[in-house]
Amino acid sequence: MIIKQLSIFVENKKGRLAEITEIISKADANIRALSIADTTDFGILRLIVDRPDEAAAALKSSGITVSVTNVIAIGIDDTPGAFSVPMRILSEADIDVEYMYAFITRKSEKAYVILRVADNDAAAKVLLDKGVELLDEEGFHKMM
Amino acid sequence: MKNRIWNPEMECMSRKDLEALQLSRLKALVDYCDKNVRFYHERFEKHGITAEKIKCLSDIQYIPYTTKDDLRDNYPFGLLSVPQKKIVRVHASSGTTGNPTVVAYTKEDLDNWSEQVARLVYAAGATDESIVQICFGYGMFTGALGLHYGLEKIGATVIPTSSGNTEKQLKFMRDFGTDTIVATPSYCLYLAESAREKGIEFPMDQYKLKLGLLGSEGCTPEMRARIEERWGNNFFCTDNYGMSELNGPGMSGECRERAGLHINEDHFLCEIIDSKTGDVLPEGSTGELVVTNLTKRGLPVLRYRTKDITNINYEKCECGRTSARMSKIIGRSDDMLKIRGVNVFPSQVEAALIGVTSISPHYQLVVRREGFADTLEVRVELIDASLLERYGELEKLRKTIHDKIKAILGIEIKVSLVEPKSIERFTGKAQRVVDLRSK
Repeated sequence: MIIKQLSIFVENKKGRLAEITEIISKADANIRALSIADTTDFGILRLIVDRPDEAAAALKSSGITVSVTNVIAIGIDDTPGAFSVPMRILSEADIDVEYMYAFITRKSEKAYVILRVADNDAAAKVLLDKGVELLDEEGFHKMM
Repeated sequence: MKNRIWNPEMECMSRKDLEALQLSRLKALVDYCDKNVRFYHERFEKHGITAEKIKCLSDIQYIPYTTKDDLRDNYPFGLLSVPQKKIVRVHASSGTTGNPTVVAYTKEDLDNWSEQVARLVYAAGATDESIVQICFGYGMFTGALGLHYGLEKIGATVIPTSSGNTEKQLKFMRDFGTDTIVATPSYCLYLAESAREKGIEFPMDQYKLKLGLLGSEGCTPEMRARIEERWGNNFFCTDNYGMSELNGPGMSGECRERAGLHINEDHFLCEIIDSKTGDVLPEGSTGELVVTNLTKRGLPVLRYRTKDITNINYEKCECGRTSARMSKIIGRSDDMLKIRGVNVFPSQVEAALIGVTSISPHYQLVVRREGFADTLEVRVELIDASLLERYGELEKLRKTIHDKIKAILGIEIKVSLVEPKSIERFTGKAQRVVDLRSK
């Protein structure tokens, strides 16, 4: 129930995002979801790709600071209030969310949220127990 | 460990006797240079200098400084004071810019050099029982052979492994029971890290290393602490100083007290000057070190401008030596930056960065003028990808670096995290500073 995510350190300079994504494309990896947050000097680019290990290796060999971390992906109904359900579940289980980002796909009516939490296994268990849909790596990429 | 003294007569001489010895040697040297080196003869004539005019040590101030450019301009043998047949060894510096600087030794020079090094390594704790691995590159560089001869003189067992081939170095250390190492601080640390990495196959207790004679690059107290911690087992390292223009290593070195580097004053007469004005500074001042090698005969150098910034303490040391001690090199006069009226050396920033493990050892200082104020930006490369999970971690790292540097420099700075390899690499001496103020 765990999905691999790349976190990439990006300096705020012209053309840098283009260079990084070109390296990923040369590794034949397809970007599924992304998020970027920035300060004035640098940003952290977070990506879900279909070939995370290959993409990370290509980035590393280009001297880029990149880490592969585990995140969870949940599917929720695309209706008002649907997202508050899993948030409440995590809150009641005392599991902190570090960050998250959402996306939708063409193949499904649902909305999807990537969650980075303090304890993946605990979060996965409590969400599954309460009937929230969790995607594993295979399911995630198949849906795309 | 007891403080051992190799040559008590010279190292514990009263200041009065020492100064008398220095004066007689200085007069002899001036006379010698006047008679044997055209370059000095012409200079002396121009400035009206003769040996008779040198009445006290401070009369040395009448003699013009010798610079690296003077050595280069006379490449390769223009400053020789003896016929070539009297020369038994030639060394040269790297020559990263222009001609290398060549130094030449008579037999007597080599004997003096060995004696100088012998005193320093003995003061550091090496003895005739020591098994020493010399991990400096042999060749034109003076470091390896200088230490080699000095260590042989005290009777140590010398293993000339030279630089590189870390696996082999570690194997000899284990198999030979090497207890003393001659290396640069950074290589000594690298060897310790490599030994630890192979710790499962070869546990650290297979190494008998207990003394490091480190030199050829600066070693901050933070770096030293890290090297000692990584080798463990009460490993103790000392710093020594010298330069090829002045024989090589052997000018000064630390005793077990590690309270400054004892200068071999019977051979080297030292002054501290203001590097901008060239004025000699009063005792205790910090400034550029100027050295006269009183006993050199093959290629004598008078009042050589080292460009190294230090200060000299003439108090007697706890170890019993009366020889003056210079502080560790604070910086290079040509690296010194003045930012908002404060003197800043890249080496100070380097000292602050040691121990910060999330960044690479490469850094850059960018100085700008914004409005009427100078600003200093310190750029460091982020290599620890595990910090990318939380912004807070990156900000915390930035603040840690900021606070450490600010505490040392005493001025406000900006710290920028940049990508690995985005700071330009240099194979020779690194250009750490980008000063945009003049533009």
